[in-house]
Amino acid sequence: MTHQLHELMRDSLDHCVKCTICETYCPVAAATPLFPGPKYVGPQAERYRGGDANADASLDYCSSCGICTQVCPQGVKIAEINSQAKAELAQERGVSLRDRLIARPTLAGWMGAPVWPVANWTTSFGPFRLLLEKVLRIHRKAPMPRWAGRTFQSRTRARRRAPNPSAPQRQVVFFHGCAANFYEPGTGAMAVQVLEHNGLEVIIPKQGCCGLPLQSNGQYDAARAYVRRLAAQLAPYARAGHDIVATSTSCGLMLKREAHEILGVDDDDLKVVSERMFDICEYLVMLDERGELNRDMQPVDMEVPYHAPCQQRGHGVGTPAMELMALVPGLRASQVDAVCCGVAGTYGLKAEKYDIAMEVGRSLFDQVRASGAPLSVCDSETCRWQIAAATDRPSVHPVEMLHRAYGLG
Amino acid sequence: MRGYRTILVERVDLGQGTTGRFHGLLHSGGRYVVSDERSATECAEESAIVKRIAAEAVEDTGGLFVTTPADDPGYADRFLAGCLKTGVPVQEIPAAEALRREPRLNPGISRAFEVQDGAVDAWKLLWGNARSAEEHGARILSYHWVTEVIREGDRVLGVMARDNRAQEMVRIEAAFVINAGGVWAGEIADMADCPGVTVVPGKGIMIAMNHRLVRTVVNRCEHPGDGDILVPIRTVCVIGTTDVKADSPDDYSIDRAEVQQMLDAGEVIVPGFRQARALHAWTGARPLFKDERAGEGGEDTRHMSRGLALVDHLRRDGVSGFLTITGGKLTTYRLMAETVVDAMVEQMGDARPCTTADEPLPGSEDGRHYWLGSRLAAQEEAMADDQLVCECELLPRRKLIEAARRRPGMTLDDVRRALRLGMGPCQGGFCTYRATGILHGLGDAETERADELLLTFLQHRWLGLEPILYGDQMRQACLDDWIFQGTLDVEHLPVAVPA
Repeated sequence: MTHQLHELMRDSLDHCVKCTICETYCPVAAATPLFPGPKYVGPQAERYRGGDANADASLDYCSSCGICTQVCPQGVKIAEINSQAKAELAQERGVSLRDRLIARPTLAGWMGAPVWPVANWTTSFGPFRLLLEKVLRIHRKAPMPRWAGRTFQSRTRARRRAPNPSAPQRQVVFFHGCAANFYEPGTGAMAVQVLEHNGLEVIIPKQGCCGLPLQSNGQYDAARAYVRRLAAQLAPYARAGHDIVATSTSCGLMLKREAHEILGVDDDDLKVVSERMFDICEYLVMLDERGELNRDMQPVDMEVPYHAPCQQRGHGVGTPAMELMALVPGLRASQVDAVCCGVAGTYGLKAEKYDIAMEVGRSLFDQVRASGAPLSVCDSETCRWQIAAATDRPSVHPVEMLHRAYGLG
Repeated sequence: MRGYRTILVERVDLGQGTTGRFHGLLHSGGRYVVSDERSATECAEESAIVKRIAAEAVEDTGGLFVTTPADDPGYADRFLAGCLKTGVPVQEIPAAEALRREPRLNPGISRAFEVQDGAVDAWKLLWGNARSAEEHGARILSYHWVTEVIREGDRVLGVMARDNRAQEMVRIEAAFVINAGGVWAGEIADMADCPGVTVVPGKGIMIAMNHRLVRTVVNRCEHPGDGDILVPIRTVCVIGTTDVKADSPDDYSIDRAEVQQMLDAGEVIVPGFRQARALHAWTGARPLFKDERAGEGGEDTRHMSRGLALVDHLRRDGVSGFLTITGGKLTTYRLMAETVVDAMVEQMGDARPCTTADEPLPGSEDGRHYWLGSRLAAQEEAMADDQLVCECELLPRRKLIEAARRRPGMTLDDVRRALRLGMGPCQGGFCTYRATGILHGLGDAETERADELLLTFLQHRWLGLEPILYGDQMRQACLDDWIFQGTLDVEHLPVAVPA
């Protein structure tokens, strides 16, 4: 199956007419000459692959943001082709210790959580970061989240309930992802409260990492193992009829689509989970469309720039965050005119790519700064960390704005 | 290599005829083990030599013979016996193993045999040979059209040729003339008043698909028939071919029915073949020798021998200083040369031994074969500071400029044969005007000539596109058409559209 899917993605290269639209949208190609662009490394170079050796290391500069596939008018699965080729390259040339580490957020999460004050001190301690850059090639200025101490899982142990086929409508499962678990339990908590405020009971089952960072670092086998394990954890709930809601838009997308389309995972657990998986803003807008969203909101008098991250765009659901924020009286959200913040999960952390990532995000950062707003809004955690670090102001998940409007905070 | 001063006269560009118009298969010989044993043995021996002396032009893909559900299951045993008898290396492998190696293959195959097929880039092979010849002192006169074979009594003294570029006649006197005119060899023999050398053009069409659907050469394990070979060569794979007696060797027309036949044939080897993108179709004419004096009948070109044919005009016509070599295959090109030159030295009483089987061609000294990613690897080095003229074929500007300086006055088809300009998915959609502009900028083509180069190239590309316009290639052709007609308005350039 994996192979068949690969061939199917590869076959889509036949649709390329070289119109170059992907290259004009690619944020990385615009930022650095080191990346020859999605058309080049995608449908063009793919015709030269499949022999004994892979020849184009420049492919590694692709950040996997996926914009190319989204903008291609001919239906070429450019990002998917590139992702596959990157995995092959990684397999052939070996994966560095750095890439193994940063692709496993649970590892760093569990290492730092019990000793969080020390861990936070070290990651903000200049000489240590310099050492980290020298030894592991993680850029000294790259944004790093701060450990929150107790994990979100342990804080919400009371919500770890069994699936309940009799009342699935009123009960949703919250998939919080690694970010909320280790670094942003506050975002997770706000999401739970917002869902509850809308009359939903929230179940938080035991759950692991979706494997997305492994996938974007070319470690497909490990990524498949991770996502299968997670799908197995969530599948009983999906089978019982519970919808699953994610605050981490990229991890949600992994379960919804990418694990199947890029990794070729094709098991029943994943299938049933993907059908029940919703990005939280998408879900709340759906509630609103059914007239079930609580519209009783307090004014939040504020102008905020909103960035729809690449992975959120990958859901293909428009910008539900903008629709939600439009419901909040006084809140004036405007969408930033930029495609990518540059970090692309773990890309911007790497010493050799940090500058590229900053260049990719430059226009976005400028617009956020120019807005004068005290904060910016974005659905994806790694993007928020990148934007916050680059603009010296917090960047928050859209549910936080709803949370404020509901007067829950 | 044997120390003679030689001149090669070619009527157009090297490789414009049959040599450059085939599917790229370096035959292991397996194809002929039952029907044409001599050719099978020749192919087996020669392909091993070519892999050695022209490593750079060959990709060692390996090959498979597979029994598809459409094939006679009884043929496989005869095939195996034939391989043993003719010395063609073969090994049967489980069908499941063949499917593991080639996942797109028809899952219904029942038997599979591994052979030593390869893929050979005809042009690279030609340039290698040409360079080697020049290094040994030969002169190559391309675009020289032989108009007369000069005879004095029973001796051939040389030829008259028309230089089609300088528009002048050239007289070449030689101690010996070898007629290696391929499908045109009969015409040249006629000029020497040696009639009856009939070379039947066995026309075949081939279609290149946009990317490799298989990694190894796949042959159907069946009596040689139409469309039973799929050859991965460079970035494409080529399905071929048909075999129809043509009236003229210069007939390059492509019959629609044959295109459909090839696509159907592709489906048998790789189900879903028709959904894949076809890039370009072309035809080539095999030189199938039939000596009227030997009285071999029949018009069915499929069953005529692929073996090489040496015509000794001294013995046959009483004419000395003149030999014809024809028939054969690209795989046996070297053997053909050896055979005819051996005959020449014998006639001249000057026994110098042949060394072509031992001396590698320039560029192939290290014995390294072509590999698929090589242009990608080269581009990786040059990326930042060189423009790609042809994106599909990864042809950088620098290479085009070097070639133009080396060989002034090239047409874009010459550039294509040398550097693969315009041979990829967009079929010249984006590179044609770039290359024309660069040649013009170099001073190699004045405005009018540049316009003509562009139009001629587009027209030639179109010949191979028009028969396969469907699906993805149709969309490409539309975009290309908008560029050339809509944006550049090429039909109103101030030059005549070449006929």
